[in-house]
Amino acid sequence: MAIDKEISADQDPGRRSGSTSPIEFRLDAASGVPTYLQLVHQVEHALRLGYLKPGDQLPKVRDAVASLAINPNTVLKAYRELENKGLAAGRPGQGTFIQATLSQVALPELTTLHRSLLGWLATADAAGLDEDGIVALFTSALRDFRERRSGTEGVA
Amino acid sequence: MNVIEASGLGKRYGSTWALRECTLAVPPGHVAALVGPNGAGKSTLLNLAVGLAAPTTGAVTVLGGLPPGSPAALDGVAFVAQDTPLYKNLSAADLLHLTRNLNRRFDQRYAQSRLGELGIPEKRKAGQLSGGQQAQLALTLALARRPQLLVLDEPMAMLDPLARHDFMATVMTAMADDGVSVVLSSHVLTELERVADYLVLLSQGRVQVAGQVDDLLASHRMLTGPAAGADTYADRPVVHVRRGEAQAHLLVRATADDPVPPGWEAHPVSLEELTLAYLREPGASALPGPVRGRPAPRESGQPSEVTR
Repeated sequence: MAIDKEISADQDPGRRSGSTSPIEFRLDAASGVPTYLQLVHQVEHALRLGYLKPGDQLPKVRDAVASLAINPNTVLKAYRELENKGLAAGRPGQGTFIQATLSQVALPELTTLHRSLLGWLATADAAGLDEDGIVALFTSALRDFRERRSGTEGVA
Repeated sequence: MNVIEASGLGKRYGSTWALRECTLAVPPGHVAALVGPNGAGKSTLLNLAVGLAAPTTGAVTVLGGLPPGSPAALDGVAFVAQDTPLYKNLSAADLLHLTRNLNRRFDQRYAQSRLGELGIPEKRKAGQLSGGQQAQLALTLALARRPQLLVLDEPMAMLDPLARHDFMATVMTAMADDGVSVVLSSHVLTELERVADYLVLLSQGRVQVAGQVDDLLASHRMLTGPAAGADTYADRPVVHVRRGEAQAHLLVRATADDPVPPGWEAHPVSLEELTLAYLREPGASALPGPVRGRPAPRESGQPSEVTR
């Protein structure tokens, strides 16, 4: 299922020429996450990573529908959700545009953090942890971090 | 304006009822999936709605009250029957010509540009096209009539995954561009799960479930807990029970806000789980929303099946 989408996104520039959005949606049929939520998550993810910034256009409903073969109502629902969250706004006759940003950190700092994380991963690998072990350790550390932070701030 | 509205609709072939007591209202602007096992009456219902068969009992109308087969209904409804029938000896161009002359409205430019995009040579005979191309050609003929309602009977049964994706992309693009409403049938729910936002579940000739997919999913929960406690749930609207030695799964009509009893876990259900549960419980039904002709929707369900 994913094959044709990958091709249309990466190897077929002709099909992208009509779209002015910096991102292209994909779907994971096996995830169990409702389709509209997958689209919402992908926009949020792209915002966090800096692929999308305020003023950028989201894929036109027609383009998303044509490339994913999904119901236009699903795309509209996802865009409504993004509007309700204050992340995007519709402009009549033009499309839906990003209005706010989710990335708390500027792109260069993101690169530095990414690099130091890769260094940590190499250390974990050298210590004999496999991927599942790394994820479990990271999740547990994140939980500790979150608990400690909410404890010091007095916020539940 | 409902795109299809049926009230007490029934169809008998000889001594066999293919469809009975069908009361149903499909609102516009949706992709409505008509789902059910083989022989549930899906094709019968669609044939009645497009005027290819006459009802034995009751009545059906399309596009806000038009009788099927009337000139106005014929203009507004396009139908692609099972196995996408085409005149196999006619070329694509001849089929366009024929359809243009048999209909009051036909968008020749749309049809030709679609064939171009699909890479279907206009001189090629329909019978020499691939299965996917034949399906796309039949769909193009239907969409070029610029219908308000597109009815598809088992449209993707013969198609490979790529052709299926492309076929559905064409239908969904027409919906995005022109706001055409779509009703399509299938016995394979999974292929519709991504496109359908309205579900009509037919079983043994009757409508068992009808409603917007979001509403149906939001109003059902799967409860998992001790098998011994499953019976205490008898007062709640339980659709289906699956019970092992120690553990039981109950599909109940409940929302995420409803309290969960201690010792039980509540999970959201998928469309497939919900459909299978209802198909296993022919006595249960979920007919929410305003259904003209039957103001009080039937709502029942008894835990009956016990699996070990």
